[in-house]
Amino acid sequence: MAVAAAAARVWRPSRGLGRAGLPLLRLLGARGLARSHTHRWQQQRHFSSLDDKPQFPGASAEFIDKLEFIQPNVISGIPIYRVMDRQGQIINPSEDPHLPQEKVLKFYKSMTLLNTMDRILYESQRQGRISFYMTNYGEEGTHVGSAAALDDTDLVFGQYREAGVLMYRDYPLELFMAQCYGNVSDLGKGRQMPVHYGCRERHFVTISSPLATQIPQAVGAAYAAKRANANRVVICYFGEGAASEGDAHAGFNFAATLECPIIFFCRNNGYAISTPTSEQYRGDGIAARGPGYGILSIRVDGNDVFAVYNATKEARRRAVAENQPFLIEAMTYRIGHHSTSDDSSAYRSVDEVNYWDKQDHPISRLRHHLQSRGWWDDEQEKAWRKQSRKKVMEAFEQAERKLKPNPNLIFSDVYQEMPAQLRKQQESLARHLQTYGEHYPLDHFEKQVPPNTLRSQAVLEACSARLLHWAGSLVSPFSTLSYTVFSQGLGEGTSGTGHP
Amino acid sequence: MAAVAASAGWLLRLRAAGADGPWRRLCGAGLPRGFLQSASAYGAAAQRRQVAHFTFQPDPEPVEYGQTQKMNLFQAVTSALDNSLAKDPTAVIFGEDVAFGGVFRCTVGLRDKYGKDRVFNTPLCEQGIVGFGIGIAVTGATAIAEIQFADYIFPAFDQIVNEAAKYRYRSGDLFNCGSLTIRSPWGCVGHGALYHSQSPEAFFAHCPGIKVVVPRSPFQAKGLLLSCIEDKNPCIFFEPKILYRAAVEQVPVEPYNIPLSQAEVIREGSDVTLVAWGTQVHVIREVAAMAQEKLGVSCEVIDLRTILPWDVDTVCKSVIKTGRLLVSHEAPLTGGFASEISSTVQEECFLNLEAPISRVCGYDTPFPHIFEPFYIPDKWKCYDALRKMINY
Repeated sequence: MAVAAAAARVWRPSRGLGRAGLPLLRLLGARGLARSHTHRWQQQRHFSSLDDKPQFPGASAEFIDKLEFIQPNVISGIPIYRVMDRQGQIINPSEDPHLPQEKVLKFYKSMTLLNTMDRILYESQRQGRISFYMTNYGEEGTHVGSAAALDDTDLVFGQYREAGVLMYRDYPLELFMAQCYGNVSDLGKGRQMPVHYGCRERHFVTISSPLATQIPQAVGAAYAAKRANANRVVICYFGEGAASEGDAHAGFNFAATLECPIIFFCRNNGYAISTPTSEQYRGDGIAARGPGYGILSIRVDGNDVFAVYNATKEARRRAVAENQPFLIEAMTYRIGHHSTSDDSSAYRSVDEVNYWDKQDHPISRLRHHLQSRGWWDDEQEKAWRKQSRKKVMEAFEQAERKLKPNPNLIFSDVYQEMPAQLRKQQESLARHLQTYGEHYPLDHFEKQVPPNTLRSQAVLEACSARLLHWAGSLVSPFSTLSYTVFSQGLGEGTSGTGHP
Repeated sequence: MAAVAASAGWLLRLRAAGADGPWRRLCGAGLPRGFLQSASAYGAAAQRRQVAHFTFQPDPEPVEYGQTQKMNLFQAVTSALDNSLAKDPTAVIFGEDVAFGGVFRCTVGLRDKYGKDRVFNTPLCEQGIVGFGIGIAVTGATAIAEIQFADYIFPAFDQIVNEAAKYRYRSGDLFNCGSLTIRSPWGCVGHGALYHSQSPEAFFAHCPGIKVVVPRSPFQAKGLLLSCIEDKNPCIFFEPKILYRAAVEQVPVEPYNIPLSQAEVIREGSDVTLVAWGTQVHVIREVAAMAQEKLGVSCEVIDLRTILPWDVDTVCKSVIKTGRLLVSHEAPLTGGFASEISSTVQEECFLNLEAPISRVCGYDTPFPHIFEPFYIPDKWKCYDALRKMINY
């Protein structure tokens, strides 16, 4: 005991004992240590030299005296959960989500409207009207089934092939088009390539091109939601290719260790541009990785909108209730090319693509289901096709006609406030355009503001920015009462800081 | 006799270590008595490790912020973090080993005080730490991430440059991660070598959308860190690790802010402008004193404080007055931040310059271990460059 007391006296955080010294002190039951460390270390393990069980802190397992490597099981991997067969018939009635007709029709209309919009915008790129586009052909079920299972205020982090989530949340066609055209109505202010959508109101975080970067970010957002008692889940979409990135590993591990209410939703569509899954991974897909991180995981038929719905619904319920992550791997197929910069006939056969288009398409399967229920028929189909096409064409024509935003928007939002050096650069561009404007497509852009009014505009911007930020902080991505309280506190605390 | 004296000395040291006894046995120290003779017994070839290349000069006690307390730099950081978590219920601190207090003791006591949901360890993954921090900040909560050494910030480079810096711009201000602050120990420490000595500010200076800040002292550190935390843009706060213990001064107990993007003229002068940040400020301060004493040259010393966006006006105003500029940093010469300052100053103040702008920096090599005293831009190199400038 004298030794224990002496050890407790000697120990200070500043001593270089580090982690190695702590097991010793744990043995001696040093009180100072127990108070300031995590619950894991407080679970004092009972050491006994008479016991032959493993004592390693790193694993909870028994000894084995037979040399055996664990065989990864890729011959018969994790089974694929589905509710409907390929003809849209419910297989096991107890798995039928029994959704009301209105809701299921919304599924169908969201998927088909997305499909129509995809066709028109893909074509518009081919015609040189927009610079780039990515279609969602074949994956509409993954978007709509999962979006429908969430609350409207659940935060969404996507990769780039999740437009159906926005469609389901009633993002207007006008705004889809505005972003693709980069016109004055684009909420993103014309800064990003097409399909990089974002919507604060609909809790859809703006898409960025680097892959998988959203994964650890989604985990952080989920952690914040947990702390705020927001009763919200965060969903994070990514493809099977992006799952190879280090950020994916980071995200999974953090979500599990920090106990975050997050759904990881992997769209396994068979290809990462031209790279098939056989060259992307050697294990049993992405679902098999979940248990390695301690994450509850499931594999579903991504072309079965009810299977996606059921899995997401249950994952959401439990993630929020139990504060733990869930991994859903939705198996599907990318019917379209990777993007307008890709011609997939270079690396896959037309027959393969046709199979999925004709035999196992989420839209067809749902239509068959609707028809068999008497909730849809050929006449309604014809009428809806005409109507949806008309809606898309109208939005498209309007988007084409609008001007692009003022080039001054090159310089704002780099920081919350515009630094002096950047304002100088903005003025420099304005002066340059005064002399050389004829060489620039100024006619297509909203009128340039004359340079001498830029300063007064700056003052106005600074005042309104402060006001808008305060107002904006009241409508956080989570829009819950507790977050509004936090945001208000933040606003008050920063009103008097010393920065410009 | 020397051997007896040496082993007696060893014994005394062992007794002083007291109950380290069982601990030393466990670690297999078990060396025979007198094994380690005193360093001088090995003759002139055995040298003591070098003393620091600078002398920390505390600033006068601040009077305008209320009660002060003697703090070193890591204690000033703890104080700033304590103030932040007290004021802002959304604020959380996370990173490797921050829970027990941190490898540099910057977070000691905070987990006990604020709870394990607010001060917590993450797995060992810098890209995860920063990505996670961005996500917290996107929801509006305050995220204070620690990267254990600036040398290890590079796995997080993509998250910082491609994500954090661009979040507000690319979303048209629909989303931002302004409430993210990344703190990281920075700069030479006497024995850090390649991977515990780096000053990577130049990599980040090239990235519009983030702010990069380096304090020179405990008082500066607390005020600047609080400003970074409260700033509505993602900030990187580099803490000179050699100053964690070596720098001690009176620091206000209550929170206070030192503005970002404002350089500070810490010594006025008329003949030469000297610019540095972090530890190097103390080196050039001493150079200024040497120049006055040996050459009768009056130096104006500027602590840049914020690397991005940097205070062009203060530096240019000074060079217009003095006509000569010397910029010094530990980071390698080529592409170092002195290049940016030099380039801008020659654009803005060309006709005022009496001599070429001088950069006294680390060599274009990785940071060596045993050669550190030769590598760093010490006061003699700065003095020599200054002398050449005066005689130009």
